[in-house]
Amino acid sequence: MNLDSMKEILAAAKRERKEFWEIVLETDMENRGVSRTDSLKKMSEVWHAMREASQLYTGERRSLSGLVGGQGKQMREYAAEKEPIGGDFIAQVIAEALSMGESNACMRRIVAAPTAGACGVMPAVLIPLYWQENIPEEKMLEAMFTASGIGAVIAFRACISGAAGGCQAEIGSASAMAAGALVHLRKGTPEQMCHAVAMALKNLMGLVCDPVAGLVEVPCVKRNVIGAVNAIAAADMALAGIESRIPVDEVIDAMGEVGRRLPVEFRETALGGLAVTPTGRAVKERMASGGRKRRTLTIKDARWKLEKPEETDA
Amino acid sequence: MIDIFDIMGPIMVGPSSSHTAGAVRIGRMARTLLGDEPVKAAVHLHGSFAETGVGHGTNKALIAGLLGLAPDDLDIPNSFELAAERGLAFTIDEADLRDAHPNSVQMELVGRGDGRLSIQACSTGGGRILVNRLDGVDVSFTGDYHTLIVQNMDNKGNLADVTTALSLARVNVANMSLNRSSKGGSVMMIIETDDPVPAYMVELIEKQPGILQVIHYRKES
Repeated sequence: MNLDSMKEILAAAKRERKEFWEIVLETDMENRGVSRTDSLKKMSEVWHAMREASQLYTGERRSLSGLVGGQGKQMREYAAEKEPIGGDFIAQVIAEALSMGESNACMRRIVAAPTAGACGVMPAVLIPLYWQENIPEEKMLEAMFTASGIGAVIAFRACISGAAGGCQAEIGSASAMAAGALVHLRKGTPEQMCHAVAMALKNLMGLVCDPVAGLVEVPCVKRNVIGAVNAIAAADMALAGIESRIPVDEVIDAMGEVGRRLPVEFRETALGGLAVTPTGRAVKERMASGGRKRRTLTIKDARWKLEKPEETDA
Repeated sequence: MIDIFDIMGPIMVGPSSSHTAGAVRIGRMARTLLGDEPVKAAVHLHGSFAETGVGHGTNKALIAGLLGLAPDDLDIPNSFELAAERGLAFTIDEADLRDAHPNSVQMELVGRGDGRLSIQACSTGGGRILVNRLDGVDVSFTGDYHTLIVQNMDNKGNLADVTTALSLARVNVANMSLNRSSKGGSVMMIIETDDPVPAYMVELIEKQPGILQVIHYRKES
């Protein structure tokens, strides 16, 4: 089936006496023409890539701009030595979100979920819970299918890129996917899962994409933290029986509308918000300097370039 | 239809699916189309690729792709050193490619066997790419399908030869386009297929009179 409405996927699941994640899995089988085993195997590869990315983090690397690096390590050291206000679990979630966002900025291998800029949200909630509650891998894969289905609906009805809809579309979508995954892992009902998705998305609605110097660093790395913590809050509220008064598909549509009406300055162009603060501008200047030359290219130039390989600027 | 592994994925080296993963894919596509180990490359970055390319590692990603690295290869940040080891000499500069997508690059390549390729491509988001120009001919294909690129003289019957061959090999055509630089000049057929084209059939097509060159790009899963 088409993954274009949470309501319809839920209805199909009820009709066929299946779970939400199974409908997503079967859609993947049909869509890519693969077996159930193949689909599960591919998701398992994604889950392992996430865990490997987490394990390979050292905190020693710095991004190309030098703005990002070491914050995940700092958070872990703080959690080990002091008493974090939000308790140990939240501290781990924050540390994981920072680590993954940093790894992305430092050209390490990550899983874009749904985007590279938001790659820290899903692992930040899944990995600490996996270790804390000793969850079997097959359950984790179910949660990943659940999250993928949610992301697919958001991508269809609204958008998942900062360029199209601002940060709400990236971190907001990741947060909604993570919230749904958490409700599944805690055996909530499909309705509770939908409420969690709706609440997570609502809470981040309107968030702008304003990256300093156009890089996926500031504020992106730390925004992964708010996406993860927000997902936990939304999942806990839903599991407590608290409902979103606006149905999930309508919330997704509203996010899409807000994204479309967001001025272009706030959609990944680095022309507004934090990017144009005096400090943000200074970073951009620093990145831009370094003898860049600009000219209009002609075929003759290109040919000439090929004849002069000694000019390699490696 | 959205692939759920485009939502939960791709597995890639950061920081940006468009400026890093997409750039690697453009490099790999260029390498495949060149059909050889590149030894010289002139890389011209346009728009956002030029503006924010250094911070996103776009330059390293393109060279990594030219060397055949995949978007999840941890060696992408070391691609300049790898290029030196493997004998790829390159230049990278900025260029204004008129009316191009903001994330565009134009490359001139020379292969070990002295084959040449001129390619312009762009990264359209989420790691997806679009090839816009090949050896001076406007084209449009994404690498999301197995793709057969046939260059031929502007002769009557060549198109029928190719489609007959595909039909005999039981290959289903998904999309196709015919692009030529000028009447009677060289023509480029871009045929996207659901099934890969068998190697013997690629060879056979290449032997037909009037066909200059055939390249087969196999979709990456």
